[in-house]
Amino acid sequence: MNKIDWAAFPDARGHFGPYGGRFVSETLMGALDELQQVYEQYIGDPDFLAELDHDLKQFVGRPNPLYHAERLSQELGGAQIYLKREDLNHTGAHKVNNTIGQALLAKKLGKTRIIAETGAGQHGVATATVAARLGLECVIYMGEEDTRRQSQNVYRMRLLGAEVVGVKSGTRTLKDALNEAMRDWVTNVDDTFYIIGTVAGPHPYPAMVRDFQSVIGREAREQHLAMTGKLPDTLVACVGGGSNAIGLFHPFLGDESVEMIGVEAGGDGVETGRHSAPLCAGQPGVLHGNRTYLMEDENGQIIGTHSVSAGLDYPGVGPEHAWLKDIGRVNYVSVTDDQALAGFHRMTRTEGIIPALETSHAIAHVLDLAPQMRPDQSIIINLSGRGDKDLNTVAEREGITL
Amino acid sequence: MSRIEQRFAELREQNRAALIPYVTAGDPEPGATVPLMHALVEAGADLIELGVPFSDPMADGPVIQKACERALRFGTGLRDVLAMVAEFRKQDTTTPVVLMGYLNPVERMGYETFAETAKAAGLDGLLTVDLPPEESEDVVGLLEQSGIDPIFLIAPTTSETRIDHVARAARGFVYYVSLKGVTGSQSLDVSALAERLEGLRCHTGLPLGVGFGIRDAETAAQVARVADAVVVGSAIVRLAEEHDGDGEAFARAAAAVVREMRTAMDAARSPGAAATV
Repeated sequence: MNKIDWAAFPDARGHFGPYGGRFVSETLMGALDELQQVYEQYIGDPDFLAELDHDLKQFVGRPNPLYHAERLSQELGGAQIYLKREDLNHTGAHKVNNTIGQALLAKKLGKTRIIAETGAGQHGVATATVAARLGLECVIYMGEEDTRRQSQNVYRMRLLGAEVVGVKSGTRTLKDALNEAMRDWVTNVDDTFYIIGTVAGPHPYPAMVRDFQSVIGREAREQHLAMTGKLPDTLVACVGGGSNAIGLFHPFLGDESVEMIGVEAGGDGVETGRHSAPLCAGQPGVLHGNRTYLMEDENGQIIGTHSVSAGLDYPGVGPEHAWLKDIGRVNYVSVTDDQALAGFHRMTRTEGIIPALETSHAIAHVLDLAPQMRPDQSIIINLSGRGDKDLNTVAEREGITL
Repeated sequence: MSRIEQRFAELREQNRAALIPYVTAGDPEPGATVPLMHALVEAGADLIELGVPFSDPMADGPVIQKACERALRFGTGLRDVLAMVAEFRKQDTTTPVVLMGYLNPVERMGYETFAETAKAAGLDGLLTVDLPPEESEDVVGLLEQSGIDPIFLIAPTTSETRIDHVARAARGFVYYVSLKGVTGSQSLDVSALAERLEGLRCHTGLPLGVGFGIRDAETAAQVARVADAVVVGSAIVRLAEEHDGDGEAFARAAAAVVREMRTAMDAARSPGAAATV
C-alpha cells in the first residue's frame, strides 16, 4: 500500500474515495455549510479544545483505563487482551465523547434546541445528558420497536428532561428514527442542532464525529505504549454505524504494523439474509446523506435488518469504513447473535465486566482470534459500552423473567 | 425544443401558470397509475410529476410516506415506474412527465441504464430530492445526453451564491420549495413567496415552479399569480388514502381537485383579476 496521508480524508466536500459526500435536500445545505464552517474553526481552536478536554475529564471521567484482561488472555492461551474501558464513561458508553463535542458547537452556533436519533438508546441518553447540563431543549427520535426493547433508556431520557418520540414509520427501528430526525431538522433548521450519533450522515458529520471519538484511540495508543513499550498488534471493535470503531482505529491508521478488524452484526447468520452487515454482504448506495455500503434490494429499496443488539440494527455504515474496506486497511467480519451472546457471558464471568450486546460482537470475534496469536502479541478490544441496558434482552432470550 | 420547454412556452403565450400534480406511482396499486395520469391531464394538468416509491422518504411528510408504503406493498420499483411512463406515452405524446424521488433507486439501476431506459420510455425530467448539484455532475451529463432535464430545488435557506450554482445546473424549470419542512406542511406565506421569486428571477431565466404546502384551490390561485408553475402533491395523494385502495374513485377525486385548482388558477391570471396578492 502506498503511503496515505490519512489526515487528508475526507476531501473538502466530505468524500472518502467514492463514499461520503452530502446527499440531502436543498433546505439543509445551508445549515450543513454553517456547521462545517463552525466545526473547522473550532476543531483547531485551543480555547475550544481546552473546554472540550475539561469536560471530558471532569464530566465524562476521561481518561478511562486500558485494562489488561489477564484471566481471559490466559484462558484463551494466545494474545494478551486489553480492554479500552469506554463503558466506564459517564452514561456508560463511548457515545458521550461525541455529544459533549457537538453540544459545545451547538452553543457556539446559538442553537437552543437539540434533536437526535437513537437505536439502543445510548446516544439518546448521552444527548439528553448534555442537553440537561447545558439547559437546552431536547427531542429524541427512537423507533417504536426500540422503545420497547430499551424501555429503561427511554425512561432515563425522560428523567433527563428529553421528549422521546416513538417513530411508527417503516421498520420502526434506527433508520426510521434517523428519517424522522431529518424531517424535524428540515422543519426547524433555524433554531435546532441535530446531534448525529455515528460516523454517518452528510458531511461534515462523519469527519466531525470521528474527530470527537478519536480520543479513544489517542488514549489507547499512549496507554498501550506506556504499559508494554510497543504498539498493539490488532484492534477489534464492533461496527454498526461505526463510531466507536473509527474512534479507536483512526489514530492508528498510519501505524502499518497494526491490524484492524471491524465486527458487524451477523444476526441469524449472513447467509440467512437476517443480519445487519452491509460491509460484509451489502453494496454501495446512497442513504441518509452519504454514499456508503447499504443493505438494499434489487430496486434500491432499503431492506429490514436484524440484530440482537438495537445499536447495530442499521442497514448502512459510516462512509470512512466503506473506504477503509475497499482499500484493504481494515478487515470487516461478522458474528452471529448467538456468538455475541457467548461473548457477553464469557466476558462477564471471566473478567467481571458486563459488556453491551453491541460490544459483545467484538468480544466474540476475539474469542476465536486470540488463540491463533502468540502470547507476546496483543489485541485491544474497544469495550464500547456496558450491558446494563441489555439485561432484559439477554434474560428474555434465555427464557428468564426478571 | 424539449417537451418541458414547449409546454412552458405555450403557457407563457396564454398567460397561464402550469399546474403540476404529483402522484406516487403504484399507489394504491400499479394498475391505477396510468389511467390516473390521463385523468389528471384531462382535468387540466400541464405536466405530471410521478413519484418513485422509496423505503426511506426523508423529505416527505406522512401523506407521501404512506403512499410509498402502499406502492411498495406491490413492490413497485423504478423499472415499473418507467414502464408506466412508456404506457402513458402511447396515448399522450405532449404532456411532460417528470420523475420525483430519491437517488438510491436510480443509483442501483445504474445511471447509464436509467438514462437509456428513461429516454426510450419518453421521460422528460428527473428530480432527486437528495441530490444537490454538487454531487450531480456524472448523472447530469448522462441525463442531458438522453434529453432528460435534471430538475433542481431551491429552498428558503438557499444562499445567493448557491442559487447561482443551482441555476447553472438546472434545466426545464426550477422547483422552489416554498417552506422549511417536509412535503404536505402547513401555512404558506404567499407575500414572502412573491418577494423571493422576484429575487430568483435575477438569477435564472428558467420557469419557476412552487411546491410544498399548496393545500387548496385558493392557495394554488394565489401562487399562480406569482409563479410559473404550481406543484400539488399531498393535497392529491391524501385522496388515495381516503378512497382506501379504490384506484378509480381516487382518480375521480384527484381529477376533481385538479379541475377546481385549474379554474381558480386561470381566473387568478385573467385580465380582470386583482393583480395583487
